[in-house]
Formats: sequence, C-alpha cells, structure tokens
Amino acid sequence: MKVRFWGVRGSIPAPGPHTLRYGGNTTCIEVRSDDGSLIILDAGTGIFPLAQELLKQMPVKANIFITHTHWDHIHGMPFFTPLYIPGNSVRIHGGYDVVSGRGIDQIMEVQLQYSYFPIREAEMKAGIEYETLSIGEPVNVGDATVTPLMLNHPVVDFGYRVDCHGKSVFFTGDHEPWLNIYTPEDESYGEFEQMVQMQQGHLDKALAGLDVLIADSSYTAAEYPAKIGWGHGTMEGNVGWGRRLGVKKLICTHHEPTRSDDDLERVFATALETTGYAPGRPGEPEILLAREGLELVL
Amino acid sequence: MSALTPELERKLGIAVERMPAFPRSVQRILELTRNINCLPKDLVGVVEKDPVMTMKILKVINSAYYGLPQKITSVGQSVVYLGINTVKNLALGFAAVGILPRMNAAGFDIQRYLLHSLVVAGVARQLAVQSAKGEVDPGDCYIAGLLHDFGKVVFAQFLAVEFRDALVHAVEHSVPLHEAEKARIGVDHGLVGALLAKRWAFPEHLVDCIRDHHNPLAESSGMMDCLRVADQVVRFRAIGDSGNPWRETEAHAAQQRFGDNLEATVAKLASLDKIVDDAMMFAQVGKAP
Repeated sequence: MKVRFWGVRGSIPAPGPHTLRYGGNTTCIEVRSDDGSLIILDAGTGIFPLAQELLKQMPVKANIFITHTHWDHIHGMPFFTPLYIPGNSVRIHGGYDVVSGRGIDQIMEVQLQYSYFPIREAEMKAGIEYETLSIGEPVNVGDATVTPLMLNHPVVDFGYRVDCHGKSVFFTGDHEPWLNIYTPEDESYGEFEQMVQMQQGHLDKALAGLDVLIADSSYTAAEYPAKIGWGHGTMEGNVGWGRRLGVKKLICTHHEPTRSDDDLERVFATALETTGYAPGRPGEPEILLAREGLELVL
Repeated sequence: MSALTPELERKLGIAVERMPAFPRSVQRILELTRNINCLPKDLVGVVEKDPVMTMKILKVINSAYYGLPQKITSVGQSVVYLGINTVKNLALGFAAVGILPRMNAAGFDIQRYLLHSLVVAGVARQLAVQSAKGEVDPGDCYIAGLLHDFGKVVFAQFLAVEFRDALVHAVEHSVPLHEAEKARIGVDHGLVGALLAKRWAFPEHLVDCIRDHHNPLAESSGMMDCLRVADQVVRFRAIGDSGNPWRETEAHAAQQRFGDNLEATVAKLASLDKIVDDAMMFAQVGKAP
C-alpha cells in the first residue's frame, strides 16, 4: 500500500513563498492499495494536482472518501477533472448529515449551485456514484478495506482506517479529542467523563494494530486553550495518542494556514522536545510533518 | 376506536417530528446560540429540560444510522457522539419549528404539564440516587420522568377534542386520567408515548416505563419504582398539572422499596424545594393554577 500527500493545509489554501516546502493546498491524500485501487481521502484543493497526474492514467476509477463536508475538505471537488471525462468512474463516500437530513449525495448538488459554479452535475460525464456510509461498517475497494469511524468535529466527521494485506493507515480528517463540557465542580462532570473515556476507548480499540496514524495536528498544546471546541487536535496530544496505540509512524497534518514553513518546523521541534521524543527508542513511533509530495510505502 | 391503528400511529409519529418545543427552551436556545462562545453545558441544560427536544435528540442518536452498541438515554451522551455543534444546530432546527401554544383545544396547560414532568424527572433521579444506587442509572430515571407523560402532549396537540373529553370524563367520574383516556380515546397516554419511543428505537426499559407507569400489575424495576413514586409525590403535592385529578384511593407505589408512607419518602428528599424552584423558573409557571 502507498500513501501520498497532495494537500496538508487546514482551513484555507495558503500559497506563497513561506509555504513552499510543505505546501499550501488543503487536505487530499492518495492511497493506492496493493492491486493499485485508488482511494482518495478528502477533496481539498490538493485534489487538483492529483487530478492532473491521473489524466495520464486514463480511464480513472476513483474512490473518494470525504471525512466531512467543511470547505477545506471538498473545495477541490469540482476541479477533479476526471469527473468530466466519459469512461471514468468516481464513487464518492461519506457520512449522513443529521442536521440537513441528507447523505453524501448532497455534496456536489450544494457546491454546484448556479450562483457558485458554472457547471451542473448532469454535465459531468464520468459515471458518478454516491455511497453514504454507516459508522464502523467496512467498505471493500479492490483488495483494501476502508472502515469509517466517528470522530469529534463541529460537523459529522469520519476518520477512515484503510487496511490492505496486513498493513493499515488511519486518517482522522479533522478531530479534537473528546472533552468534558463540565468542570469538576459540576454535578454531571463524573458521568460525562466516563462517557468521554468510553468513547476514546472505543476508538482506540478500533485502531488496534495500526501501522500509520495521520492526525489533525493543527495546534500546539500552548495554543489549544484558546481553540477549545474548534474541532482540532494538537501535535503533543497526537504524540501521546500515537504512542498509546503503538503505531510505527505518526504523520502530523492539517497545518495551521498562518504558519510559515519555518514556524511550522519550529513549533513541531518544540512539541517533540516537550513530549520527550526519542527516535529509534523501542516502541517510539517515527514522527513526521506531512508535506505535499510525501510518499509512504507500507 | 378500540386501539391505536398502525395508520394513526404512523401519522402521530410524523406529527411529533414536526412538533414545536416548549416556549422557554426555544427562547433560551435562540438566546444562547447568538453568542459564539456559549457554553456547551448551558445548551445541554436547556435541551434536557424540554421533553420535545429531548425526544427528538434521542430519536436521532438511537436511529439505525448510528448503529450504536448500546441505546442512548441522555442528552449529554448524545453530545459525546454527535458533537456539541451538531446538537446545537439540531436544537436550532427544533426551535425554528415554533413554540407549543400554552393552551390548546383540549384545554391542557402545557406549561403546567412541563412543570409536572420536570419535577417528576428531578425527584425520580434523586430517589434513584437515594434508594436504588447501583441498581438503576439516575440519569435514566430523569429521562423516564421527563418523558413518562409525553403521550399527553401528543393527545393535546393531535387528538385535542378526544383528549378534552377524557380530561372532563376523569373529573366528572372521579377516575384516573389514563382510564378516562381509554374510555374516550381508546388508548392511554402511556401506550402512545411508548409506541413513539419504541418506533424511535429508545431503550426497552424506557419504553416499558413510559407504557406501564400506571399499570400496577406491570413488573417492578428500580426505574419503574422511582418513576411511580416520583409521579405520586408530585401529583399529591399538586406541583404542576398532569391532568390527572385522581388521588384518594390510589395505593402507594413501590411499597417494598419505599414503604407505605409517602410523606416520609418526601421528607427524605432533601432537594425537593430546589427541584421545584428550578422547574418553576424553567416552565415559567407558579405552583397554583
């Protein structure tokens, strides 16, 4: 299985001279199973350069898995050029939105409204299919299996675990570890804390034996108190999570859009230092910053 | 009508999905959500005091879509699964439906009903803590109390003429309201509430409590005992109005657990006054009619 990063930025694209090394495109990760099946995790602006590459490999058979429908994870969808070419097939997977009462089939309909985009879905000539997923129920894509797991964000967000011939990678999409909405002096604190622990326990159990964890690491621990409830994780928190899960690699992604490459490397180094990162120590995961073009072979 | 037909059950299910919530909670949700920094616990505090909003949230979280290993009975737990922003937006959607009118063609005062439900909920939770610790979850007892009479709001909204007849019948013939409902509507509020709860895949023990809270022959459980005694405490002290005027010959519920002296049980309820005060503030209603 191969994993390649095409977009690693959070919230909004951040092009410019200060983000050349890590890239300014928003979330898009290409996963190739051992038999070459194409799984695309999210359709941020990074899906556009991926689309250019795919045009050299026609016909395209793509399986897009949307973690959640916030802009930075779907922004590139109308620019996924294989959608316009007959003979290609694109299957779009995602969750059910309990607030709108709609499945993932609403994603393009909403994006392609007359006022916002000049082309209608009916004019896209690839075979397009939608599959609204159920939590915890695996989907087969070629020789790989993709399992959606419910995470914590201000909209329904699925993390996807991809398994292929004994190797596995999990991408959180956007995720803030569950936290107690009460303070210790509140009557409901203890009960809520139990529920939070149980939820984290269920997720950790579903990630048993994981090789690679790709996690939303938007903030540092020091920045987090001002960002509680925004739905994102911290570098330090994910180091702890990766160790707890016993993963071989942790990839920190969803970089904060105002961070320059230098800033990103600086806060990352500090986070590794404060968490006592000891590369090479038995059981210690290898920890990397995601950057456009980074490729992992599992 | 001798029973609730599947067609009527289906119609009531759809109607309840479009049912407006209680005035105070709609107002509070609109106030709270104007502030981007509103505290999640404040939102939860409002939703869990409104039987309509609570029903709707539990319906979403217990739907087949989530396929959760265990059924969910609390608004707080729903927040853990759905996230606070999703619960906030669901609540805004419920608020946008409008507000339940205080009075209806049945002549059933929904704010005094809300006061009754809130105090029963609070008392049932406290009884669970005091007398059924380890046996029953106090949070479950709270939800059972909040929702036990939900069928009455459904009647008041959607079978108003028949329900008015039942309310009058109960007073004129000095019979319990659930008996009058059976005579005039064909089914009682417990059955209707339970059918909806079952339709929306609520946990079985909650469905049972809603259905059988007036049935002395129903199997006893910690949750049922706490609910029945809480219901009696609140009705006998005329806190709010459940529409049920019947008192005199009603045997004390759950005597094995709570003894035969209701006043003694009440005396042990240290926080009854606070439960009543909080509920009155939320239901925006005084003790006396």
